[in-house]
Amino acid sequence: MELQTNRRHAESRPDESQHSQEEQLANGLGWFSIGLGLAEVAAPRAVARLAGLENKGRTRTTLRFYGFRELAAGIGILSQPRPAGWMWGRVAGDLMDLASLGSALSSDDNNRAKVATATAAVVAVMALDVRCGQQLSNGRDGGGMTKNSGTSVTKTVVIGRPPEEVHRFWRDFSNLPSFMKYLDSVQITGEGRSHWKTRALGGKTVEWDAELVEDEAPTRIAWRSLDGSEIHHSGSVRFERAPGGRGTLVRVEMQYVPPGGAVGASLAKLFGFAPGQQVAEDLRRLKQFMETGEVAKSDASIHRGMHAARPAE
Amino acid sequence: MRANCWIGKHDMRVQNVPDPKILNDRDAIVRITSTAICGSDLHLYNGFIPTMESGDIVGHEFMGEVIETGRGVQNLQKGDRVVVPFPIACGSCFSCQHGLFSVCENSNPNAWMAEKMWGHSPAGLFGYSHLLGGYAGGHAEYARVPFADVGPIKVPEELTDEQVLFLSDIFPTGYMGAEMCDIQPGDTIAVWGCGPVGLLAMKSAFLLGAERVIAIDRFPERLAMAREKTGAETINYEELSVHDALKEMTGGRGPDACIDAVGMEAHAPGAIGAYDRAKQAMMLETGRPVALRQAIMACRNGGTVSVIGVYGGFIDKFPMGSVMNRSLKIRTGQCHVQRYMRPLLDRIQRGEIDPSFIITHRMRLEDAPEGFAMFLKKQDDCIKIVLKPH
Repeated sequence: MELQTNRRHAESRPDESQHSQEEQLANGLGWFSIGLGLAEVAAPRAVARLAGLENKGRTRTTLRFYGFRELAAGIGILSQPRPAGWMWGRVAGDLMDLASLGSALSSDDNNRAKVATATAAVVAVMALDVRCGQQLSNGRDGGGMTKNSGTSVTKTVVIGRPPEEVHRFWRDFSNLPSFMKYLDSVQITGEGRSHWKTRALGGKTVEWDAELVEDEAPTRIAWRSLDGSEIHHSGSVRFERAPGGRGTLVRVEMQYVPPGGAVGASLAKLFGFAPGQQVAEDLRRLKQFMETGEVAKSDASIHRGMHAARPAE
Repeated sequence: MRANCWIGKHDMRVQNVPDPKILNDRDAIVRITSTAICGSDLHLYNGFIPTMESGDIVGHEFMGEVIETGRGVQNLQKGDRVVVPFPIACGSCFSCQHGLFSVCENSNPNAWMAEKMWGHSPAGLFGYSHLLGGYAGGHAEYARVPFADVGPIKVPEELTDEQVLFLSDIFPTGYMGAEMCDIQPGDTIAVWGCGPVGLLAMKSAFLLGAERVIAIDRFPERLAMAREKTGAETINYEELSVHDALKEMTGGRGPDACIDAVGMEAHAPGAIGAYDRAKQAMMLETGRPVALRQAIMACRNGGTVSVIGVYGGFIDKFPMGSVMNRSLKIRTGQCHVQRYMRPLLDRIQRGEIDPSFIITHRMRLEDAPEGFAMFLKKQDDCIKIVLKPH
């Protein structure tokens, strides 16, 4: 079953690992950009010599210009969490470099052996850039969304209420929409059965039925969508007493495998854009609700998308 | 209603906006009778605070009359006159239970933004960027006050607005700055910055038993106010070396505690954050925490450096060697205003202090944009502006 495949997959690859790997690569390339950019801007003569280019004014001007381009790309990459766009910008820059080196190869004024070495180096770096760009464009935050395996997310929060109380609140699934923003409603339809409704992007409603698969008060709840549902969804939540009697440590694991087609794509967008953050925000709202009796709202936060911090019409 | 809105850098406009409504059971709506422009509002004005949106209502020092309460607010009634603290705090989370209201865990609906910048999120604040909640501020005729059963404090009729308004921020902030110095009888306290917070920190240091207070600034009118209104001695840093002067004045030992009431223009993520990274990469300086560095170097061995000036991002050339090798203590934080309102209101009622001495200008809400321009340029010896929305 798809759901179980996904679960295994989730266990074998914990939340953040892949995403940090490609981000590490991106960081490395970002610093490389800054280093090369500084060299090109500050010491174009030396760079020209290394690359076997004739040391003339136009070469230095071009190198300086390329240096600023490298600096911009480096800063862009380092300042964003998943800089896919900047990474493709680096690829475009690599192509510029290759074009320049290509024309340099055909000129007798240059040291061809050195230019060839420089070209090979650019090709190698470009391969890394392309790989990194692809990974950044495909991956998503917290766990990653790929076409077949779905999204899996693990998040935790400490809530200043006893485990019994938090468990009781969660166990009544009709409470879930009060802190899970994307759910319109969850109706209890029978012993351990519930009917979930959510709106995909574009306004189409997606519904499915879920069943309770584990229920150990007050420590654990697990559920999953019934076979044949439009969406494969499963989740589990563990309630542990936090150290020092400081309430409850809530640990949630959720998986979504969206269906194919247009609805699937829109749901993937809804859940997949930042599933880790989505679940983290859900848990934050749960904490607010359990500790204060309400979900914190500001004049801006009650709107979908950006809105100035002023009352609404 | 009319409200003073941030449109962009150096561009404030008083606009017509919808009246606020109750959004949660623990909300109240306050009809604002007095509100003030804070030095930290100038960071917004100068465009240094990230995540501002055009049209945001600013202002976080305000007071007024309760005109509506949500079902969950039992302690306030229509008609109560209240001062509202600038940090929004739930009163029940781990932080609030420990008196750390300005780092409430539940009041920032945009906590994820702050987490990206600072690791964890502090409390939401009125009128101070989307990073800190996206709450409309108090430069308006009315404001919605969340967790109204925790924050606002009722004030007695016999005290004027101007006597109690600063309970909303700068009096508790200055007081906390002095309290963090753990003042012992005979202590000498040096305060960098003679703005409203610095001046109130000086007053508070005396209230808490300091024997001498030394004020550091460069504006003659501010130094004069420090001398005349608080009893501090003064150093004009444009005329003297602060370090040498402090040594001279303390027999070479240094002040027992130093308060940084200056801070720095805040740093930002995004474009400015990226700029910082590039600067760091080139080993250049990222900011100018001049007051803080001086305070650390000047403080006596084993003394305390209390930081209440606002910092937003990262600083470098931080003299950690001085802190470590000389057993200094550093204490800091946005003020936990809710903790101080009652005791400081009592001090005002007993006549121990009247914080209204710092007010230099009174204006209509409509004139707020001119007020910002004037305050920024310190024109007309401007130290503190109070706005009257009605």
